[in-house]
Amino acid sequence: MRLRLVPQNTNWDFFSRSKLWLGISGLLIVVSLVSFFLQGLNFGIDFRGGTTIRTESTQSVDIGVYREAIQTLELGDITITEVFDPTFGDDRNVAMIRIQAQDGQESVAADTIQQVEDALSAVIPDIKFVSVESVGPKVSGELIQTAVIAVVLAIAAVLIYIWLRFEWQFALGAVVALVHDVALTIGIFSELQIRFDLAIIAALLTIVGYSLNDTVVVFDRVRENLRKYKQKPLREVLNLSINETLSRTMMTSVTTLIALIALMVLGGDVIRGFVFAMTWGVIVGTYSSIFVASAMLLRLGIKRDWSKSDKNKGNQFANIDA
Amino acid sequence: MLQIELWKRVVIWGLVVIGLLLAMPNAFYSKVESYNDTVAAQGGDATGVAGWSSYLPSGLVNLGLDLRGGAHLLAEVKVEDVYEARMKSLWPEVRNALRDAREEVGAIRLQPGDGAQLRIRIGEADGMARAMDIARGLAQPVASLTGAGTTDLVVSSQGDILIIGLSEAEMTATDDRTVRQSLEIIRRRIDEVGTREPTIQRQGADRILIQVPGIGSAAELKELIGTTAQLTFQPVTSRTADGDTRAGVGEEVLPSLDETGTFYVLDESPVVTGEELVDAQPAFDQNGRPAVNFRFNPSGARKFGDYTAQNIGNPFAIVLDEEVISAPVIQAHIAGGSGIITGNFTVEESTNLAVLLRAGALPAGLDFLEERTIGPELGADSIEAGKIATIVAFVAVLAFMVASYGLFGVFANIALIINVGLIFGLLSMIGATLTLPGIAGIVLTVGMAVDANVLVFERIREELKTAKGPARAIELGYEKALSAIVDANITTFITALILYVMGSGPVRGFAITLGLGILTSVFTAIWVTRLLIATWFARRRPKTLEV
Repeated sequence: MRLRLVPQNTNWDFFSRSKLWLGISGLLIVVSLVSFFLQGLNFGIDFRGGTTIRTESTQSVDIGVYREAIQTLELGDITITEVFDPTFGDDRNVAMIRIQAQDGQESVAADTIQQVEDALSAVIPDIKFVSVESVGPKVSGELIQTAVIAVVLAIAAVLIYIWLRFEWQFALGAVVALVHDVALTIGIFSELQIRFDLAIIAALLTIVGYSLNDTVVVFDRVRENLRKYKQKPLREVLNLSINETLSRTMMTSVTTLIALIALMVLGGDVIRGFVFAMTWGVIVGTYSSIFVASAMLLRLGIKRDWSKSDKNKGNQFANIDA
Repeated sequence: MLQIELWKRVVIWGLVVIGLLLAMPNAFYSKVESYNDTVAAQGGDATGVAGWSSYLPSGLVNLGLDLRGGAHLLAEVKVEDVYEARMKSLWPEVRNALRDAREEVGAIRLQPGDGAQLRIRIGEADGMARAMDIARGLAQPVASLTGAGTTDLVVSSQGDILIIGLSEAEMTATDDRTVRQSLEIIRRRIDEVGTREPTIQRQGADRILIQVPGIGSAAELKELIGTTAQLTFQPVTSRTADGDTRAGVGEEVLPSLDETGTFYVLDESPVVTGEELVDAQPAFDQNGRPAVNFRFNPSGARKFGDYTAQNIGNPFAIVLDEEVISAPVIQAHIAGGSGIITGNFTVEESTNLAVLLRAGALPAGLDFLEERTIGPELGADSIEAGKIATIVAFVAVLAFMVASYGLFGVFANIALIINVGLIFGLLSMIGATLTLPGIAGIVLTVGMAVDANVLVFERIREELKTAKGPARAIELGYEKALSAIVDANITTFITALILYVMGSGPVRGFAITLGLGILTSVFTAIWVTRLLIATWFARRRPKTLEV
């Protein structure tokens, strides 16, 4: 007896509610954009500059005490958060202290960090500073820039690749799905105010890769079926292709999700944000490859006949009078 | 049919065996590590000493700072510092050259400038053309490929002021030299302390990335490399308690290191500089206080000897990084070129100073743009968490595959295990560094590696429905799934590549494992499982097939 995530022969109509799905996606994108522009992202020090100090103590974290200890140093905006993790024992109380980049400092001042450490040690004797990270404002600006360039470049490269391998309609459909996934991921980070740092960019790019992976597999089948069933309407061909690849899509998504969830639960809090982004991306990516990419394809329409080598018809040079 | 030629079988198993052999040392991490250390220390074979044979591969996956703890610094070299030093050293030369043409240019006077330019007022404005000619005569061709055919100095005038600066080409060439020199000196200083596997890399035009595992904190590292250790011996003009004293032209006011409120007015051009040092050792002075012994090279020794012979009874300042360490009065002619620096040092400070002096001075100051300290406990936690998560993910995926595809799932699992082995083999081979995001990359590949197999197996299922023979179905399954596998993996590989090129630090670590993972997973999913299935099929010859 085999485990099957979807029934053996499905014949679901994925486009009967396509307007609803596109509507939901559109709405979510709008919500993401609004959230992004209204409250922005909770940028980590990688992008904003500043210092984060991770502390560990056997005493439970009293944020008020921490704040009071540091306040006297007048370092501007300070964020203190306690870190919870199911893998921590009772005697491990971890806090993250974020200090904004100090005015007029190109680089990182060691004595500022030392002052903070001294002030905290005075209040909590057994406190340990397990990691201290500082990024100067000069680098953080550049990091944002390269991150944005990387995402745009990746999308462009992928667009070109699919365009070369398929038709431009496929490339456009895939990229719309891609932008959709990236937008929704940024949206959830903005909405939940999860810290957005360099690793999240890596996650975003992986989402780009993964979402495409899914989309390309569906498209590959569409291309094959278009050749096979020359007379079938496009909508039916798309439906058939999605149904045929559905069990593979689900299998892959579920195995990837199993791996990611294991990492999210057990991988420690350091990479949790990163893994969360990927998990979300896999879910959204799977959804978009089924409901968004194909719906775009249906709307754009495709030139049907590749097999016939009619020299005067369907060729991109057909309209040129030479 | 499901025939795979013998040579192909040999190649496939050969690659698997090589990959797994390369990965094997990682299973005996601490043993191999101590073996490698011994080899490095003895410069030869260490068989038997550390319990690892020399004929076994000994490449290991380096653990990143986030896994073993350590310090990370990103420094920017203040390349402009060097322009100033260049101009300072050019001034005596310009002065002498202009003096020879005194009738035409009149009196010459150095004007205060921004450091990167020499501004010289000349007495006779009419002689400007001549003065510019003379200055141009001092220029030399730029010694670099890109700047070939140009000279190093740009000479211009503004009224009666002659301005000499460095040309664009020379600046570029100088910047490059400065960064390379800084890189070399940082490397020597870190090696001197004897830490294991530091990463010292140039990044971009003027940045240096330094990662040292195992060091306590970035501050410690900064102390070691951040000091420029510019040592000079300069004549003292006077001593004062007023820091705002105006220095004459060619003079500078520097504070004393251990006596706050004391300043020295010094002649700007040093008698001897640290560049002429050949050795420096921590020592103790006659009163038993920590000090540093030093020795000059022959030319430095001669200059030092001549000066001390002529200036007995005058104070002589020892200056380190714009601070006067001490200014002893010269008691006698010091021949032989060795001496001792005393100051209020602790033993640790004198040892550090000796290290810095021995390794040479940084040509320019450093700005620290980024610094990270990761404690070893955090690293150990992360590696533990990563390990458990990977194992759980692995086992869950394996179980899931068997539940879904039965025997074929087992084949896919064998391929998956080989796949992870190959990733580690490749990582060890190229000496890559494994970081926490890198582990995430591996876990993701575990999840995605099954994708290729799933594609194939689903295809085989479909083909079985149309009731071709089992062998034909398997054959067709592989054939038809191939284009989807290739397209899907190439797109992911493209993103991994872009991540690698654009990214740094954690992003790169992730990109490496993801990229390598894609390569190995395509290999194992297409070739290894196929070979396993073909071998099984040839033995069993099943009439029906359940996938």
